[in-house]
Amino acid sequence: MSTTEHSDFIDSDTGKLGMWLFLFTELFLFGGLFIVYAVMRSKYSADFHHAALELNAFIGATNTVVLLVSSMTVAMSLTAIQRKQSNRAMGLIFITLILAGVFMVNKYFEWGHKIGLHLYPGSDVMKTLPHGEIMFFGLYFMMTGLHALHVIIGGILLTIVMFKIKSGRINQEHYLLHENGALYWHLVDLIWIFLFPLLYLIT
Amino acid sequence: MKNHDDHITSYSLNWTVLIVLLILTTISILAIKMHLGAYTVALALILASVKVTIVLTYFMHLKFENLLLRLMVGGVFLLFAIVIVITFIDYYFR
Repeated sequence: MSTTEHSDFIDSDTGKLGMWLFLFTELFLFGGLFIVYAVMRSKYSADFHHAALELNAFIGATNTVVLLVSSMTVAMSLTAIQRKQSNRAMGLIFITLILAGVFMVNKYFEWGHKIGLHLYPGSDVMKTLPHGEIMFFGLYFMMTGLHALHVIIGGILLTIVMFKIKSGRINQEHYLLHENGALYWHLVDLIWIFLFPLLYLIT
Repeated sequence: MKNHDDHITSYSLNWTVLIVLLILTTISILAIKMHLGAYTVALALILASVKVTIVLTYFMHLKFENLLLRLMVGGVFLLFAIVIVITFIDYYFR
């Protein structure tokens, strides 16, 4: 019995290590796009300046606050489960999911506005723009789109965590999935912390 | 899967971290609106790096993790920085 418990204990540590290794690959997935952005920005600085003015910094800032708060609520839900407060943990994850929804709704209006202006890759208006602006909008849609996909995946992961807390399979003793789900959600926040100034603030 | 000997971050620390992050966000928005010219990009990236470090340290509990994990995370970010620097060296001197 004690040997089983011993190997189980190692599982928790290695499970978290595995999650971090996965997060490293995520970092380089976005990192590649950041490097393309940096090089293109220095090559077409005037075009990037002009194109960035199209972005709505207010929506960007709102979504930054939304993600920062959601990062806190998910960190707090872990504190709650460690302190055996299951209901509070579920409530905090629920708030996180609502904030994820708010983020996606903002993104919907933001993208919808751009698409309404025919500013999407391959559109007729895009073809008439200078090369640097096409690059900017291409990178904008690619980076925010890939990030939004991560928001959706993170939301699904946290929903699973919430139901597992409800069924008692995640509890004060066993919360590796909860921990890893929270780590994933923080990664989504980390990526946005860089995306927001690069795309929305610097013009 | 017993991990109840982990460090528990208090609710008040989580609040403090959020407030610091929101203050840093406000500073970066205000700083960029002031148009500091060539330093704008550098300042934005420095503030973003500070925020990322805070999230990694407190929200992602790296402060309370073992040395191996902390070294790995540090190493990966160093590797990423090297990749960016080498890309720019290649780009500017080609």
